[in-house]
Order: sequence, then C-alpha cells, then structure tokens
Amino acid sequence: MPLPKRKTSKCRRDKRRTHDALRAPNLVPCPNCAEKILPHRMCPHCGYYKGRAIKEVEERKT
Amino acid sequence: MRHRKIGRRLSRTWSHRKAMFRNLVTSLLDREQIITTEAKAKELRRVAERMITLGKRGTPHARRQALSYIRGTRVVSKLFEELAPRYRDRPGGYTRIIKLGPRRGDNAPEAMIELVAREKEKAKKAPPEKAKKKTSAAAAASGKKAKAPAKKQKK
Ligand SMILES: [Zn+2]
Repeated sequence: MPLPKRKTSKCRRDKRRTHDALRAPNLVPCPNCAEKILPHRMCPHCGYYKGRAIKEVEERKT
Repeated sequence: MRHRKIGRRLSRTWSHRKAMFRNLVTSLLDREQIITTEAKAKELRRVAERMITLGKRGTPHARRQALSYIRGTRVVSKLFEELAPRYRDRPGGYTRIIKLGPRRGDNAPEAMIELVAREKEKAKKAPPEKAKKKTSAAAAASGKKAKAPAKKQKK
C-alpha cells in the first residue's frame, strides 16, 4: 500500500486551508417585517413574499 | 455522461421518477398550489405546462393523452373544463414558484409551486365564501394579537 513519506508540515497544511474560509450569507431586510432574511425567498418570520402572504407562520414559544 | 442532457434525475429510477411526477402534477392541477422541494418544483413546471397545453388543445386525442398521465378522471375534467379556458389567452408560463427556504428535518430547500391567475378566478367565483374566511381569520388573528405584544415586550 502506498503511504505518505513525510508528515505534512504545519506550513503545507495551513496553505492547503487558505481556501477553506466560510462566507456569511447575504441577508437583506424583509420589506414587510424588516427581519433579516435570505433574498428571493419567502420571509420565514412573517410568511410574506412580494407583498402577499404565502404561508401562515405560527407563533413560536420563546 | 450527462453532457447536454436536460432534466434532473432526483436520485430515482426512471419509473420511480415518472410515477412521482404523475402524482405531483395531479396534485398541482387539483389543489392549484403545492409545497415540495425546489428541485422537484422546477422539474414539475415542465410537466404541468405540458398538461395545460393538452387541456387547451381540447381535442379527444389530447384528452386521452392527458388521461394516460394524470391520475383520475376528475382532475382531467377540471383541466379541460376549468383550467383550459382560464389560460386561453396566456402563451405558456402557467406556473409560479416561490422559494420557501430550508425544510426542518433534512434542510432540503422547499418551494411552493402554484398555478398563476388563480386569485382573480377565486374573487370572481366566491366572494361570499371569502367573507366567511375573513371572519374566521380575523378571529384567529385577534387571538394572535393577544400573544404578539407579549413577545414584543420580551424583546
Ligand atoms: Zn418578513
């Protein structure tokens, strides 16, 4: 079985990880309730999209 | 290779996929608005538009073709008698998809797919029924409003 000849150095390991960073989702304010939401989707807080109620959102216990 | 092949496989065999889309399109034409995953909704458009085109054609042959796909004669009758005249002047684009966000449980992106121009039809058909619904909705809303201020105070 082929095996690695050398331990991967910290430098090499970290260089590999330079592209692993996560990016924050692009959130926009809901035009109906001003909550931060994902664009092009129904607002999960108020159930509105493009000025009309799509789905009723039940009150959640906090 | 799937180079330049259109359509999604949706991790199903051909027969499984076909059976699923027959169910989905029957439900969509029957209920006019259904919630499913984004990928299924996008693929369903293709099938639904084809069925409505069959309905608009209105020939006995088109009817038999629709019957061979849609499950149940009731939905086919609705397609030919109710939906076909509704979309007579619309050159395609009978469906609308609205993304709903990730599903609880498996995080699958969900979407609502509906037949367009349904709101007008509803208003024409049953204004007294709507009034009834509004009163019941108002009753539910008043119950909600009682809860809402409490929530705001917490914030
Ligand atoms: Zn909102």
